[in-house]
Amino acid sequence: MSASLITQVGSLAQRSMLKTLRQPFQMFPIIFFPAILLIINASGLHAATLLPGFPTHSYVSFAIAVAFIQGAMFSLINTGTNLAEDIETGFFNRLALTPLRRVSLIAGLLVGVAALGAMQSVVYILLGVLVGAHLDAGLGGALVVIVLGSLTALAFSSFGCVAALRTGSSEAVQGLFPLFFVFIFLSSSNLPRSLLKTPWFHTVATWNPISYLIEGFRSLYIFGWDQTALLRGFGVAIGLLLLGLLAVQWAMKTRLQRT
Amino acid sequence: MAEKGDNGIEVDGLVRDFKGGVRAVDGIDLRVAPGEIYGFLGPNGAGKSTTSLILTTLLPPTAGSARVAGLDVVHHGSEVRRLIGASLQDSALDPFLTGSEHMRLQSSLHGLPKPQREARGRELLAQVGLTEAAERKVGGYSGGMKRRLDLALALVHRPRLLFLDEPTTGLDPQSRAALWDEVRRLSVDGVTVFLTTQYLEEADALADRVGIIDHGRIVAEGTPAELKAAIGRPSVEAVPHDPGERERLAAVLERFGEPAAAASNGVAVRLPRGAGDLAEIVRAIDAENLQVADLRLHSPTLDDVFLAKTGRSLEGSAEDDDAEPAPETIPA
Amino acid sequence: MGDENEAATNVSATTHTTSGEPPPTPPSSPSPATPHEPQARSTVWGVALAIAWRGVHTYVRRPELAIPSLVFPLIFLASFAGGLSALGGVPGFDFPAGYTAFQFVFVLLQAAMFSGLFTGFTIAFDFESGFARRLMLAAGNRRGVALGYALVALTRATITLTVVTGVALLAGMQITGDGVDMFGLYALAALLVLVGFGWAAGVAFRFRTIQAGPLMQTPVFLILFLAPVFVPLPLLRGWIHSVASVNPATAFLDAGRGLISGVHNHTALAYICAVALIGVFTLWTLRGLLAAERAG
Repeated sequence: MSASLITQVGSLAQRSMLKTLRQPFQMFPIIFFPAILLIINASGLHAATLLPGFPTHSYVSFAIAVAFIQGAMFSLINTGTNLAEDIETGFFNRLALTPLRRVSLIAGLLVGVAALGAMQSVVYILLGVLVGAHLDAGLGGALVVIVLGSLTALAFSSFGCVAALRTGSSEAVQGLFPLFFVFIFLSSSNLPRSLLKTPWFHTVATWNPISYLIEGFRSLYIFGWDQTALLRGFGVAIGLLLLGLLAVQWAMKTRLQRT
Repeated sequence: MAEKGDNGIEVDGLVRDFKGGVRAVDGIDLRVAPGEIYGFLGPNGAGKSTTSLILTTLLPPTAGSARVAGLDVVHHGSEVRRLIGASLQDSALDPFLTGSEHMRLQSSLHGLPKPQREARGRELLAQVGLTEAAERKVGGYSGGMKRRLDLALALVHRPRLLFLDEPTTGLDPQSRAALWDEVRRLSVDGVTVFLTTQYLEEADALADRVGIIDHGRIVAEGTPAELKAAIGRPSVEAVPHDPGERERLAAVLERFGEPAAAASNGVAVRLPRGAGDLAEIVRAIDAENLQVADLRLHSPTLDDVFLAKTGRSLEGSAEDDDAEPAPETIPA
Repeated sequence: MGDENEAATNVSATTHTTSGEPPPTPPSSPSPATPHEPQARSTVWGVALAIAWRGVHTYVRRPELAIPSLVFPLIFLASFAGGLSALGGVPGFDFPAGYTAFQFVFVLLQAAMFSGLFTGFTIAFDFESGFARRLMLAAGNRRGVALGYALVALTRATITLTVVTGVALLAGMQITGDGVDMFGLYALAALLVLVGFGWAAGVAFRFRTIQAGPLMQTPVFLILFLAPVFVPLPLLRGWIHSVASVNPATAFLDAGRGLISGVHNHTALAYICAVALIGVFTLWTLRGLLAAERAG
């Protein structure tokens, strides 16, 4: 006998969430670092609002979008690390020995991530309220933020899974952290693209998909309903997710050679 | 209780290559009868774990065939997995889940109906003596407890065959004995057990038949008694108190058997009539007024079998250069 | 299954000599232990240099250890100097050497402190793996262990700061200070390496696990970022201005920026603060070392 797909995915999703929630030191950077950076940058970069062309008088409303991306990056590392640990300890083989479908192995993990991504987004929204970020799109916008946040965490975590499946080492996954974080820094995270005066930086930020993700979140806070920015943001999130899932499928072929 | 039926193992010409030209399994043939405990003995890097991974469908072979419970492991992998349980080299547990949660997860993945999951989990945890620790996170379990939980998880779906890969490595003697008892009980219930080990006494104590593997090939196979008898009779070794008396001592001993390998300061002979000659040997030495510093009777061990077949001792060959690669990371 | 054990009961039969005399010592026995000879490396500096050698050797042999400590400063330099260059046009922002140099100083001093911090991680890893216990057992003078790791931190920082400086110069950074000023800047950076190391080493010796990494990292991170990172102090507003006004990191940044631009500002204060912090964290480290010794 074998369990249905829903049962398999549900069991693994439950385990994935339990595992994360029982490791407070994994939750700490997800909450703490984006929060502290937001608070510091909101004050430290307030002078940026004096620049001609800066889209808002509130730097915190401008900057809060970055928190969602940073949180998703930490999700990437945590998800990758957890999967790599499963491989290192042999737990992955234990799962492979059950009637678990190949797709369920990762789907279970990612469903857990999506749920946690939504929870994270709620926390960041509340944080924004606390520090004075104004969500121009209102309650409807908050729901969109939660969906986009969940999708972004999911997309990023799929790349964390690829890193884990390819390396099988939690240390190697964590060593990739600087690489993934480069994408946040080389984007429109601190200033709008129109105010990036250094030519090479402007080019890199324009090509960097993270810029469009950030701008998608940001548009809900600053402009309300900006269709173009939202389409781009969701487009990038979905595109990254599809790319990530394809890469996961490829990486699984070498990791899971189950007959 | 598992049914006695077609729950044997048949392996023909099994080969597994890895990247870099490493051949971890080099043409293995073996048969395991239903209900048998088969001990797969060999040093680190011999190919034991790779063989286990192939038979448990986690790794495809490069060549050859293997049938588990009558099913080809390559073409009927999912059916094989339903019939086998495996406790592999790592305990493979999640430190943040409790024992009960592990049982629930495993039973749900195996498709046990929900009403049965709790009962089956309690039953197995009681069987391996983990009832009291069931609600504790596995991260706080001792090595022995982890191994017992690992075994319980492998039995959730009542498999007909059980693969145990070095199940007692790192365990204290008490935990080891408890695990041995459990394996014997399973065998009595009709479960076929494929046990890989590097411990001679484990193979000796548990296995109905033993296959000795070295450098990916089976070098000897049979019951422990057959294997030991095949390489010869017991030997006696004596060390003279006065090194100058060595030749006289050798002359006495050689009346009782053929010379055998001995320490540099001793003399040894193999006893064709067995250990019964020992009293005569002592009387003969005494009659010659020879004084001995040490007199020992050696019966062949599985290590002697390995030595005879490979020229190396099993117990000293842990630092083998040809260590098995981690199969997950470098497939051919 | 039990019959083959029959022979096992005979295996242990052993008969000894009838003479009653103990057997002669086999020739392969080790000779009696020689008296302990003083080790040439039991001085503080001897131990320190041995540990420093090993630390640098590991760093060179395992480039993956070097990558994070090189990558992060370069990311910050590119992101802040490149991405925030428009801030140089904010009314009231008047820095002679330009925004790249303004940010370079932050990146340099941050990289210096983090070089010290990462060496604290190394100490924690060494304790977790058991290697540090080996060092503690072997070292004739255990203070040399702490000093050795400090030398490792300085060596790693030298590599990092050289790379960061090279990249900044290639990016067109202007330097309007003179040679003495630049020497002063790198001397300040060296002092901050020891500040970062002193804090992290004290934590590492006490907790002896990499799980204490966030405890090492977070205070340093906060202190650095609660300072005039992006704009000078007069352009900060609100609570951060208040915090930055009393934050020693502000003095470090002001001094460093003064040195690179040739317009000195709080230089003496920065050196005094750095030396004082080194003194405090030296005690912190040595007491941590005692805690590690007591733990065995």
